[in-house]
Amino acid sequence: MVASDPDPLIRLRGVTKVYGEGATAFQALKGVDLDIQRGDFVAVMGPSGSGKSTTMNILGCLDVPSGGTFLFKGRPVEALDRDQRALLRRKYLGFVFQGFNLLARTSALENVELPLVYRGDDKTARREAALAALDKVGLKDWWDHTPAELSGGQQQRVAIARAIVTNPDVLLADEPTGNLDSERSVEIMQLLTSLNRDAGITVLMVTHEPDMAAFAHTIVHFKDGLVDRIEAGQGAGAPA
Amino acid sequence: MLGTIFLLALRSIRRHMLRSFLTILGIVIGVGAVVAMTTLGKATTAAVQQQIAALGTNVLQIRPGQGFGRGGGGPRPPDFDPADVTAIAQQIAGVTAVAPQAQSTATAIYEGANWSTTINGTTSDYFKVQPWPLASGRQFTPAEEAAGKAVCIIGNTVRSNLFRGGQAVGLRFRIGNVSCDVIGVLSTRGQAGFGGDQDDVVIMPINAVQRRFTGSTDVRLMLVGVDQAYSTSQVQASITDLLRERRRITDGREDNFNIFDTKQISDTLTGTTTLLTGIVTAVAAISLVVGGIGIMNIMLVSVTERTREIGIRLAIGAVANEVLLQFLVESIVLSCLGGVIGLLLAQVVIAVATPLMQVPWTFDVQINVVAFIISGLIGVVFGYFPARRAASLNPIDALRHE
Repeated sequence: MVASDPDPLIRLRGVTKVYGEGATAFQALKGVDLDIQRGDFVAVMGPSGSGKSTTMNILGCLDVPSGGTFLFKGRPVEALDRDQRALLRRKYLGFVFQGFNLLARTSALENVELPLVYRGDDKTARREAALAALDKVGLKDWWDHTPAELSGGQQQRVAIARAIVTNPDVLLADEPTGNLDSERSVEIMQLLTSLNRDAGITVLMVTHEPDMAAFAHTIVHFKDGLVDRIEAGQGAGAPA
Repeated sequence: MLGTIFLLALRSIRRHMLRSFLTILGIVIGVGAVVAMTTLGKATTAAVQQQIAALGTNVLQIRPGQGFGRGGGGPRPPDFDPADVTAIAQQIAGVTAVAPQAQSTATAIYEGANWSTTINGTTSDYFKVQPWPLASGRQFTPAEEAAGKAVCIIGNTVRSNLFRGGQAVGLRFRIGNVSCDVIGVLSTRGQAGFGGDQDDVVIMPINAVQRRFTGSTDVRLMLVGVDQAYSTSQVQASITDLLRERRRITDGREDNFNIFDTKQISDTLTGTTTLLTGIVTAVAAISLVVGGIGIMNIMLVSVTERTREIGIRLAIGAVANEVLLQFLVESIVLSCLGGVIGLLLAQVVIAVATPLMQVPWTFDVQINVVAFIISGLIGVVFGYFPARRAASLNPIDALRHE
């Protein structure tokens, strides 16, 4: 996969990440090279400490590399400051977490609306877009339920609705099925697959379950702070 | 963007009703206390000033002797004579009128009711130097004054005790050995604050009192009205010089009379109530600061408790300033809300306290506006530190926070 496309959505070259300083310094990434194509469905796997979470944080623009280059849509991200990265996340990225991370005591609709509030959309536009996103995840009728009134699978679907409500280029999912039973997990994976296929959203997913990784089009294995190998999954994920 | 932030802050406050209420309790009590104390303090000052104004501002009272009491031993200083009254009225610039008074006590009798009271002999100038309107009837005519006719203007206490509160004008009663016609009734003045019930009095022409009660032409007391354009202290000094000369007091000897300026008393009492109001308000202001610290504490706890929420907001794409502003607006909205509730609480306290304290109800716009602005400022000052802490969180750590 490396350097096959001259203009990938995401390109990492020699990315390193060091935590701490001096004797206690820990090198989490040791020079990662990775390209991700538009419209791909990528599963990232690897044992803990292999650098997959660090890589995801960098790809999600939540963290910056210590060295190397990270191009997003051809633009270097490592030079951006905190707020510029926040604006980049707001515009192009959607996040789904293992623990759902919905706002408590807040209706599904308001949770999904949240990214639009930060984008400054007006009330009508917010409501419309949020209901459309809830419809996509099959929870339109549950819009007024708070997280406490929803099952785990439903909460994760609300979280996915929140991630896609802004029509992002990339959806980053950090072990999205980690807290769900296998039946719900398959539902979530099917949902991600359909978003990838129908809406053309590039999906990056960290998982340690091979069954879930199998839904992806590309599977990247990490080991000791480096990309170990890249294999094809069974998923459809068609690069645009 | 501010509208957005405002919306987020309101949603967050609504989501945590109980916590929000507990947060603002300190501000509610602080603002309530400050506003209630300053307002009641101002009302008390106003009431004191009003009472003194009833004595007549710009009025000098001249008595023989030093101070209020006779004091010490020695011969009793002589009373004034009618020539002193004329001299002051004619020779001192700035004097509008001089009302001489001759006083006595006697028992008044009317149809079996009797009442021991003070007889105050004076002239119609008495009503010129101080504001004391009649509730009914009329004042003395010059002819009555000159002839020393037995006509009376009675205080309300005398009316209620002697005439059982009924109509008195036109009736005749006995006072001492004198049969006297009631020609007027004074309006109620109440307690003087010093000197007992001012309404327990019978006023007669001075000539009548001198001839039938005191038996001399001595004047016990003079009330001197001073023109607004003149300074009372200057007039007081001129009168002192004049009286020393007339009473033949040689240089180096003390005055054997005293001049009492109601304005001085007014200033002193006003100063005292203002000082007391200031002290009580300062104590209340401390409680307001404590309330602000309460807001800061709860906001800090709230930031810690909502670390994950902040992480979500940051991940979704909130910039640091938006998180900072959200928390700042939350604390400002909370403290302003506390301020408003505090103002309402103060109104309740004032409404309950004013009748108990016998001071007039007042609503001071300035105090209320200032207190509200201060409550908002407390939100800014004590909300900033927690808000900055929230904004500076690292999104990755915040999302992992348990």
